[in-house]
Amino acid sequence: MDMNFSKEHLMARQLFHDFAVNEVEPWAEQTDEGHRFPKEIVGKMQELGFMGVPFPKEIGGQGCDTLAYVLLVEELAKVCATTAVIVSAHTSLAADAIAQFGNETQKEQFLRPLAEGKKLGSFALTEAEAGTDASGLNTKAIRDGDSWVINGTKVFITNAGQADIYVIFAMTDKTAGTRGISAFIIEKGTPGFSFGLPEKKMGIRGSSTCELIFEDCRIPLENLLGREGKGFGIAMATLDGGRIGIAAQALGIAEGAFEKTITYVKERKQFKTPIAKFQNTQFVLAQMKTEIEAARFLVYDAALKKDSGKPYSVEAAMAKLKCSQVASDVTRECVQLHGGYGYIQAFQVERMMRDAKITEIYEGTSEVMKMVISGSLLR
Amino acid sequence: MNIIVCIKQVPDTKEVRIDPVKGTLIRQGVPSIMNPDDKAALEAALRIKDGMGAKVIALSMGPLQADAVLREAMAMGADEGILVSDPQFGGADTWATSATLAAAITKLEYDLVLAGRQAIDGDTAQVGPEIAEHLGIPHISYAKELRIEGDEVIVKRQFEDRYQLLSAKMPVLVTALSELNQPRYMTPRGIFEAYREKQVTHWQRNDIPVESENIGLKGSPTRVIETNPKVMKAPGTKIEEDVEKSVQYLIEKLKEKYIL
Repeated sequence: MDMNFSKEHLMARQLFHDFAVNEVEPWAEQTDEGHRFPKEIVGKMQELGFMGVPFPKEIGGQGCDTLAYVLLVEELAKVCATTAVIVSAHTSLAADAIAQFGNETQKEQFLRPLAEGKKLGSFALTEAEAGTDASGLNTKAIRDGDSWVINGTKVFITNAGQADIYVIFAMTDKTAGTRGISAFIIEKGTPGFSFGLPEKKMGIRGSSTCELIFEDCRIPLENLLGREGKGFGIAMATLDGGRIGIAAQALGIAEGAFEKTITYVKERKQFKTPIAKFQNTQFVLAQMKTEIEAARFLVYDAALKKDSGKPYSVEAAMAKLKCSQVASDVTRECVQLHGGYGYIQAFQVERMMRDAKITEIYEGTSEVMKMVISGSLLR
Repeated sequence: MNIIVCIKQVPDTKEVRIDPVKGTLIRQGVPSIMNPDDKAALEAALRIKDGMGAKVIALSMGPLQADAVLREAMAMGADEGILVSDPQFGGADTWATSATLAAAITKLEYDLVLAGRQAIDGDTAQVGPEIAEHLGIPHISYAKELRIEGDEVIVKRQFEDRYQLLSAKMPVLVTALSELNQPRYMTPRGIFEAYREKQVTHWQRNDIPVESENIGLKGSPTRVIETNPKVMKAPGTKIEEDVEKSVQYLIEKLKEKYIL
């Protein structure tokens, strides 16, 4: 299904596919097994411009669009969900927050190195007591002379430790609820800014996930992103775009597992016949393929809406809801069709099933997606 | 300096199946790719460009869809793409192809012409050297290493078991082996610029100063009489002796064939 893609999108997809197969897939198992951040792969992607796909050339990006970016994340996720989320958190959360809400100086100072691939980005909203409920943030930012002083701890932060530039959210007025949240840009190496131990995760194990710890961390006043008290809106708007990235990741995971399974059922014989000849196998495959294609339409549609400047918040939520459900369902069915071989590591679908689950949780759980979608219906 | 790289769009032979009855390639539904040796030639040109500055022009003869390999070349870093395409050029063998490409090249300024050793769909390895003959310039084939020194190219020319180190004054044509280098990836920006900001120049019959008797099927002296799929080789010999005797036997055989 090509959705009448332009020739440049088709060629970009071919490029991303070739890169994923040649450079990423051979390392996917080690990345997972060793809980190892794939630094070399990220380095190659930075050189090739993969970390700045949707941003304008004037600011160091590739001058492509959200659709091309979606194709990148999708192709990477087909072979390695870890590599895909590194790109996604960097691009559509950290860099895009600055692209959307940064002033010209901030764009030059922070977005340019992110888009050029010279630095890696990260986005930190979640805290121990503030997941879906952002008003529960306890991290505080207090203005003191010519700086903001930040105190608090962020949890479950993707690219933490590996990233150079962090977009973080803190309370500048705890009494004001979500209207007291502000956004800041903080660089690694700033005194008072450190990292917790890496989390041990079910899936996307090579992705670096840990706490950000701020202890009297001083940053210049000009590192406030957007206006004071507008952080919640910035977080929500950025997450709308991030969800397109995660939807693309989920879609890619489903497709990757599906492709492996097609190969497997043609080869695996039981009762002297390939299991692909059994109607159960055929029906399961047919259902999975249909679900994958439906999910694909939603994510491409959300990307196209974003590119054409139309509202895409609901579309992004529907894309993420559907793609992440499909990723979990399809990978589980793929393991089932592999039988015992699906439960061991050799056939990759085991890893993909573990990787799929997070897409129903991060950047807004499936329940949050339903809140966003139903909220638009019952206004 | 100006470098012209000759590029052919070919079916991806990894994906090609043979029609068991006709013995011909089934091309339908097979993706088209840039010929691998040509890609190495392009990479060599781009490395010269990176190192000392050069204008790299990708040149292809083929049907209109060969536009894609020229866009790909530009997305890798070529400055221009020229497509020589006209129904009158169709059905050309190596003679007619090289005559047409050489005539196209005479319209351009060049110091170095690079081509792949051979195309994976034809495997003749003739077009590169023939272009040089038509142009009246020297050529060096089978390059596994290539560098520029002053007004000369220095090339390691590969043989089965040795290489020649050759130099030639430019202008010269060199044909590249895939082993010459590892071609770079395109960049997303390169792809979007190739399609949205750049043009492939299209040259038709009347743009090319070549005699009509040398173009297309009519200008092609080669006639394909029959195409056959690869024939199975005779079964090998199985040696069932102890290690020492087996090794002795192998050594004798290798000496017999002048390999040792």
